[in-house]
Amino acid sequence: MFETFSLLALQEYWWFLISVIGAILVFMSFVFGGQSLIFELGSNENEKDLIVNSLGRKWELMFTTLVLFGGALFAAFPLFYATSFSGTLWVWIIILFSFILQAVSYEFRKKENNFLKQHGYELFLVVGGSVGLIFLGGAIASLFHGVAFSLNDQNLSFYHNSLRGLELLASPFILLFGVMFLFLARSNALLYFINNIKDQKLYVKSRKKLVVNALAFVVLYLVTLFFILYALNGYSSVDGKIVLESHHFFKSLVATPFLTLFPLLVGTVLYLSAIYITLFKSSKKGIWLSGAGTMLVGFSLLALLGFNGGSYYPSLVDMQSSLTIANSSSSHYTLTVMSYVSFLVPVIVAYVIYVWRILDRDGMSLEELEKGEKY
Amino acid sequence: MSDFDLLIDYSRAQFALTAMFHWLFVPLTLGLSFLLAIMESLYVKTNDIQYKIMTQFWMKLFAINFAIGVATGIIMEFEFGTNWSSYSWIVGDIFGAPLAIEGMMAFFLESTFFALMFFGWNKVSKKAHLFSTWMVAIGSNLSALWILVANGWMQFPTGTYFNMDSGRNEMINFFDVLLSPVAVSKFLHTISSGFVTGALFMIAVSAWFLLKKRDTFLAKKSILIASSFGLLASLYLAFTGDRSAYEVAQKQPTKLAAMEGLVKGGIKEELVLFGLVNPAYSVGSDEPFFLGDLAIPYALSFLAQHNIDAFVPGIDDLVYGNKAQNIMSASEKIRRGKMALHYYSAYVKAKKVNNLEKMKLAKELFDPLRPYMGYGYLNTPEQIIPNTSLSFYSFHIMVGLGSYFIIFFIATLYFSIFNTLENKKWFLYVSILTFPLAFVAGESGWVLAEVGRQPWVIYEMLPTFKGVSNLDSDSVAITFWLFAFTFTTLLIAEIRIMLKEITHGFSKGAE
Repeated sequence: MFETFSLLALQEYWWFLISVIGAILVFMSFVFGGQSLIFELGSNENEKDLIVNSLGRKWELMFTTLVLFGGALFAAFPLFYATSFSGTLWVWIIILFSFILQAVSYEFRKKENNFLKQHGYELFLVVGGSVGLIFLGGAIASLFHGVAFSLNDQNLSFYHNSLRGLELLASPFILLFGVMFLFLARSNALLYFINNIKDQKLYVKSRKKLVVNALAFVVLYLVTLFFILYALNGYSSVDGKIVLESHHFFKSLVATPFLTLFPLLVGTVLYLSAIYITLFKSSKKGIWLSGAGTMLVGFSLLALLGFNGGSYYPSLVDMQSSLTIANSSSSHYTLTVMSYVSFLVPVIVAYVIYVWRILDRDGMSLEELEKGEKY
Repeated sequence: MSDFDLLIDYSRAQFALTAMFHWLFVPLTLGLSFLLAIMESLYVKTNDIQYKIMTQFWMKLFAINFAIGVATGIIMEFEFGTNWSSYSWIVGDIFGAPLAIEGMMAFFLESTFFALMFFGWNKVSKKAHLFSTWMVAIGSNLSALWILVANGWMQFPTGTYFNMDSGRNEMINFFDVLLSPVAVSKFLHTISSGFVTGALFMIAVSAWFLLKKRDTFLAKKSILIASSFGLLASLYLAFTGDRSAYEVAQKQPTKLAAMEGLVKGGIKEELVLFGLVNPAYSVGSDEPFFLGDLAIPYALSFLAQHNIDAFVPGIDDLVYGNKAQNIMSASEKIRRGKMALHYYSAYVKAKKVNNLEKMKLAKELFDPLRPYMGYGYLNTPEQIIPNTSLSFYSFHIMVGLGSYFIIFFIATLYFSIFNTLENKKWFLYVSILTFPLAFVAGESGWVLAEVGRQPWVIYEMLPTFKGVSNLDSDSVAITFWLFAFTFTTLLIAEIRIMLKEITHGFSKGAE
């Protein structure tokens, strides 16, 4: 079946899948968002236990999604993998450290004989979550913004700034995106707590915090969209040559409505609806709407980067080095093989939903913590 | 030392550091996951609550180990991009696929069902819980499969083709990559070493309980299960080790010559059991390889070729050639490799100006030289031999310990069946001291696999120094020390936590 696809069709299929996996990662970043709230929301031991255990049953899913995202990029777009991770080295090292700290902190936090102490691991979770989100957001923003790399005639990459990605923090757009991402994850985490934790005090505190975090997100989101659709120029590929195109992302949005415009609009409405029903209707089901909305918007923005001939990784020093899905992918054969492997995705989604439902059936409460294993 | 040389050394050291840390945790995950599944199966089958208590105790230790295992694992995946970016581009078309499949097929399975296994005791039926435990065991071992398929391909690149237009190696047959004999034997050998490590861990901890005269009933049951599992695994480990060595002899003769300390090849070659490597020896020198050794006659020819009259090439044969045995010298391979690079460069230049005739000519001249292209990056014939003393010692330590483990498991099982373990304090101490040896053996195996492959990152295709990222050595030095500090700290934390958890015994938290 896939053998008959053209190379471009396979590249587009894989960019579609990367956008889906990336969108799930954007949604799952609520785990980092929740970590950043441990000290703000948890004013006593029980509350911190509830927050950590509620998130603790989800962290592996976020972690695994990142691993899959990295693996899929490596297999489908190895030139991006080779260029981005070594180029913006420090950005990725900081992100990876936030994941290292996450993996051990849940398990080790309450264990006896723990010389880094409970507070130490809680600090790891809070700092790792907050910094990790800003840098993860910054890494996504760099796909729109571009970075200072070039490729030689053998496609080997060179980076032209000794700060190795840290210089991006001086860009208002990158910073804006990173902080917006932080507030998105925090507001999703609050909606998740409202749904998952059976504790009245935490419920009240989460609702209160949601007002500020959702408002901050919405304002930053709108400014970010303005940047992407109006202020930023993009690169486009014309007959194999990369050219500068004003309002590139806006044009792509209009040109690919089913992949980008509609998901963006629907996703935005779903997120706003989630906030509305939570704050004004006292609903606890907002996370489902905001989760779907976040994934749709995340998908839309990632799709916007790769489809319609755009460059999803622009070079700021050599325009012709910019990466598009057409010039950075694996071969037709490898993409075909990987496309068959992608049939596993529905199976994975099915068992993840099955396990999620079982673990969340009773919600998180002090009684639940008494009953069985806990972090 | 130039900055580039420093960069190579730090990049290699960082990968070795992260891989060796990772390998402290992975074998326990591989082995314990199956032992947990076996114990829980016994619980479901017999409805004996003792098996449940045992499963829950070992599961707690498994979870502590699992967390740090995934933390060190994520670094390795991304390190290919951060530190080996040229490698990631040149062979990413082949190498990326198994890594992606690992994430999709195995890691998701393992980590999703881990949550259900750990938290789901009161949430699902007994059978559903057992299913999740088996899924964790299968998932973690499937994960190893795909990683070892990737590593097997680095040892013996197959199912691939250098595309002159894209300037990289591309996959042409997925099943050649997946079912490569090197990958298959590597996978089986590696997971069985994990099973042995898991069994040795269970025996060591249980031996401590017997010494302390605590939880003796459950400790003895654990030892019986672990020693039975361990004996089968260690016998299989020896069998797969033999297969692996045979594959090395067929596919990586330079590694075989180095790990056996074979300078001049021949028929009816002896196998060195113990040897002291002469520090003055270097490739091409007149110094003997060993200062002293003990060898078994004919055994190397038999093990390497399954025929005592078969010729086993030595270091000198491979470096300087051996016409009688039709072995090409390394200098000739280097000469051909440099010509291959020259014609490839001519092809690229002709393509830039769209000169089809010159492109065709360059390709025709390049094609017969294709297998030697990687050699074109080397400068001296002696470079093709990996570090000989490190290869020799790591191989012999691994094999020696592997043989000891078989004897140890036989003894443990014997004492366990006849219920005399408790009275043998000395053996209980031996059991505790044997556990760290599993890591010495496992790490030695990896040192042999990776150091023995040098100077290549992809055997005979791409030298290690060609795969590195264009970074400054200072950046890699900083990340090296960051990882060294972080992982050492976390390892100390893990060991302390695990020791404390063990002292709580089987009964804490048991239902």
